[in-house]
Amino acid sequence: MRKVWDIPGGVHPPENKAQSVTRPIASAGIPDVLIYPLSQHIGAAAVPLVEKGDLVLKGQMIAEAMGFVSAPVHAATSGRVTAIEERVIAHPSGMHAPCIVIEPDGENRWIEHSGLEDYTSATPAELLSIIHDAGVAGMGGAGFPSAVKLSTRPDTPIHTLIINGTECEPYITSDDMLMRERADEIVRGTEIIAHILGVSSIIIGVEDNKPEGIASLRSAAEHSAGIEVISFPTKYPSGGEKQLIQILTGQEVPSGGLPSALGIVCQNLGTTVAVHHAVDRGEPLISRIITVTGDSCREPANYEVLLGTPASHLLELSGQQPELCERLIMGGPMMGFALESAEVPVVKTTNCLLAPTRAELPPAAPQQACIRCGICAEACPASLLPQQLFWYATAKEYEKLEAHNLFDCIECGACSFVCPSNIPLVQYYRASKADIRRHHLDHERSERSRARFESRQQRIEQEEAEKQARRQARREAAQARAKEAGTKQPSRSDAAPDAADVIRAAIERSQAKKQAAAAQSQAQADMGIEPDSAQDAIDRAMAKRAAAAAAPKLSPVEQLQNNLASVQSRISKTGEKLEQARTTGEDTVSILESSVAKLEAKRDQILAEIEELGDS
Amino acid sequence: MYELIAQYPFMAAILALVGLGMAFGSLLGFAAIRFRTEGDPIADQINAILPQTQCGQCGFPGCRPYAEAIADGEAINKCPPGGEATINDLATLLDVEPMPLDEEHGEEKPRAVAYIREDECIGCTKCIQACPVDAILGAAKLMHTVIASECTGCDLCVEPCPVDCIDMITEETTLQTWKWPLPARVPRELVIATDAEQAA
Amino acid sequence: MLLSTPTSPHAHTPLDTSGLMRLVILATLPGVAALTWFFGWGTIVNIAFASLIALACEAFALYLRGRRVMFYLRDCSALVTAILLGIALPPGSPWWIIAVGIVFAILIAKQLYGGMGYNPFNPAMAGYVVLLISFPLEMTRWLSPLGTFEGSVPGLMEALQLCFGGGFDAHTMATTLDVFKQGAGLMVADVWQQNPQFGRWGGLGWEWVNIGFLAGGCYLLHRGVFTWHAPMSMLIALTAMAAVFYDGGSSASGGSPLMHLLSGATMLGAFFIITDPVSSAVSTRGRLIYGALAGVLVYVIRRWGNYPDAVAFAVLIVNFAAPFIDHYTMPRTYGHNRGGSD
Repeated sequence: MRKVWDIPGGVHPPENKAQSVTRPIASAGIPDVLIYPLSQHIGAAAVPLVEKGDLVLKGQMIAEAMGFVSAPVHAATSGRVTAIEERVIAHPSGMHAPCIVIEPDGENRWIEHSGLEDYTSATPAELLSIIHDAGVAGMGGAGFPSAVKLSTRPDTPIHTLIINGTECEPYITSDDMLMRERADEIVRGTEIIAHILGVSSIIIGVEDNKPEGIASLRSAAEHSAGIEVISFPTKYPSGGEKQLIQILTGQEVPSGGLPSALGIVCQNLGTTVAVHHAVDRGEPLISRIITVTGDSCREPANYEVLLGTPASHLLELSGQQPELCERLIMGGPMMGFALESAEVPVVKTTNCLLAPTRAELPPAAPQQACIRCGICAEACPASLLPQQLFWYATAKEYEKLEAHNLFDCIECGACSFVCPSNIPLVQYYRASKADIRRHHLDHERSERSRARFESRQQRIEQEEAEKQARRQARREAAQARAKEAGTKQPSRSDAAPDAADVIRAAIERSQAKKQAAAAQSQAQADMGIEPDSAQDAIDRAMAKRAAAAAAPKLSPVEQLQNNLASVQSRISKTGEKLEQARTTGEDTVSILESSVAKLEAKRDQILAEIEELGDS
Repeated sequence: MYELIAQYPFMAAILALVGLGMAFGSLLGFAAIRFRTEGDPIADQINAILPQTQCGQCGFPGCRPYAEAIADGEAINKCPPGGEATINDLATLLDVEPMPLDEEHGEEKPRAVAYIREDECIGCTKCIQACPVDAILGAAKLMHTVIASECTGCDLCVEPCPVDCIDMITEETTLQTWKWPLPARVPRELVIATDAEQAA
Repeated sequence: MLLSTPTSPHAHTPLDTSGLMRLVILATLPGVAALTWFFGWGTIVNIAFASLIALACEAFALYLRGRRVMFYLRDCSALVTAILLGIALPPGSPWWIIAVGIVFAILIAKQLYGGMGYNPFNPAMAGYVVLLISFPLEMTRWLSPLGTFEGSVPGLMEALQLCFGGGFDAHTMATTLDVFKQGAGLMVADVWQQNPQFGRWGGLGWEWVNIGFLAGGCYLLHRGVFTWHAPMSMLIALTAMAAVFYDGGSSASGGSPLMHLLSGATMLGAFFIITDPVSSAVSTRGRLIYGALAGVLVYVIRRWGNYPDAVAFAVLIVNFAAPFIDHYTMPRTYGHNRGGSD
């Protein structure tokens, strides 16, 4: 028997798993509509391969992967693409994102597909490409494409495969039911993954609150060499990848590193089944087991659900009473996120839909002051100091946060769970992490702009210096010439005709230039380019600007008053000019006089209008 | 000597203090000259914190001059593009109290990027000359364009454009750039659970 | 319909700060009962009057600071401070002593530092020490537990009179710790013989008071209000110190370990004072050090200091040390090497 280690911290929230294991896994059927977000995981979004109106078959790839960390998307049943549009997706932001919408035709026709006869004859690279094309992604956490996770680098040899069947979150039983009913498939998938990685040691880790699942898995793994099914005490969050590795091996993944640094690869239990289907049957990942539970559901159960099914369809199946439920959680109560609407489609990472009643999961009580009780520090599985982090997060002291290892926080929520002052600690950490990442990005950017700014300054200075130098050189040359001319002082009369020649030559040159310019502008006109397009554009823009300036809606009186002001300023300006003209005795006097008279008449008119408006 | 001090204790004390003050003052003055550091490293450090938009909203011609001004005692809250984060960093560096952003110099706005409507551009190069970080490409009488990744969003190019063909486009939040918000500080009116429920 | 979207975790433990405080208050009951049994109603009067003033001070300070008064009053932290100070004061203390102590504890030691969660010192102990230094006579005048047998334990009316009238001629006497302090030159056995009121282990009455607080503390431990680290470490350190310096009962002896454990404010300090989360060290290792330091200091001050009981002083001194202890006992984060270089 393998030794099992303990992790620091951890909590024991009420498990609430019994409700949903009473019924066997049922098929959720084909919903009215299937919605496929193009971005289902971290990494680049997939690119649609179909267009609106296309007919698709079950298992057909409808969007292909873009880039290394990306996975394709497949249709879960046959039907017609009715739209490719923005829909609300399963994301904590509640944002909309491009989705392919399919209306099933009910025939459920498969695309042609076939699996490998014998996977052991295939090379790891071939198997990886099958897994990649089948769109298999981590079905527990962030949905990291499995093919990427299983591609090992030669410099980090892998010796241990850990299959994560912990399922430490309360309520969720999808992995438990999978173990009870499909242990053979899990073992088969595990063997395939082990073959790809070439590992000898395979551990399936399960919490000891799933005795039936463990028994079923053990009997399935009996004939499979090297697979150990290890059970360990139930504690949240032992299902975190890092925590599971610590429990099963006693080793810690170095901060900022990956388990592969220890020679370990972790895979989710559900992923093994998906791998088995992809390799042995040639079926892409188009369905998964989802727990639908919570007190507002009359019949909490596990369903085999086509990916893309709206949450509302599943809730209906389980007899959920919407009037009892004011929040809908995708995932578990510890790390799941609340959905804004039940129209969100399930994705590859959805393991649970939790529809609790108000009494079951009451809304958070208002936050009180931190009393430094340290209960959070005792609960933290990463041995962080949550209360210090909270303090620095509220003060936005990013350096301190990093010094206190904020980025080793796995966001399990154990600290928030136990906090007697109801402080949403983990939310502070999530936000601070994002802020710090942004801060670093901004800093990088600002460093770049500083470099650009400085090089620009340098360039301008250099240009200025060069100009100065040229001017200096010219001046010196002129002085030298002048000196030379000075020495030739006596023959000045000789020089005079020379100077006249120079002037004439210059005039000729400038005339030639003008002609050339005229010719060019003619040519431009011939080519349909308005020679004055720039000037016109400027005029247009000026007009637009003026229009924009006038745009603020002024009352008639205000407009008139504006007019009045401008007329008055013009009168005073013209009056000044008139005075000037009179003193100098210019002949514009009469013109100016008449214009002043005109302006004054205009002013009187405006005044009259204002009065009129004021009266009415 | 002693008698003199005993006779005029008050005067003696004042004299002693003045004497000490002068002695230490001259010592400090000497040290300041003798051990003067070349350059101005604190201004460099401040400059490294400033966002380098070179927008001039602080009233100085660029980030570097403002950094030097801060080193000489200018207020640290005049940089709207940097906002609260920059003020906090400066406060930490200079060991002073952080203060709210001086609204007089503008408010903290989301990042924006200049965009030239290219069919309206007349190729006057005025924006190119205005851009402090050389993020606009183009030549005389030829259409210009902004290198979006290098644009600091300072909007110095908007004003000089004679045909108003430059827009400042605010960066939209996408799924990739979305981030969790900090929990809302509980408003005083909502500190009682029932109040919060009513408001929700 | 848009559903509400709070952030995870969606589950929460039912225990909240006010609940913790109420548990602490509940756990003081056995100790208070013992005090009342041996010293009369004085303690109850102390606690009641202290609570009244504490709530008034807290409300006043919250009002001045522009906080929601009722919301913060409901966390019961002021009540806990008042009860602890009420217990620590000699039964039948005059009302102005209580008032001065509470005003200092709530207004200065707590609210001036930013209120609940921000006070570096335990408010009750800060108030107690201020009183002990300012009014040493009144603060060391404990009623004789012998009253229990002579039938002269002050009743409610008498206790009220003691508190607000002051004229009551009660039988006061020195506590066990006082006698040990002042009775240098006597063999321990002689002290014991001379003072039959001392009871068997820690002084008549005192041993039961301490056992009462020990019981309350065990209840809190059981409910998970605090961890065992600080109290156990303090008691073990105190026992160890007492054992080392207890030379079998010579005249220079400092009293047996059992006497130290069961007299004075030992159990109150171990389970109700140094476990105050706000002013104590945070990490597990930190709390071990914190408790041990407190235990050693209690003995040192009892034995060689000027004041007979030492819990309050010891607590304030270790409060000082708490931030340093925290700094040097930061737990090693997952995935970081013991060297701490990364």
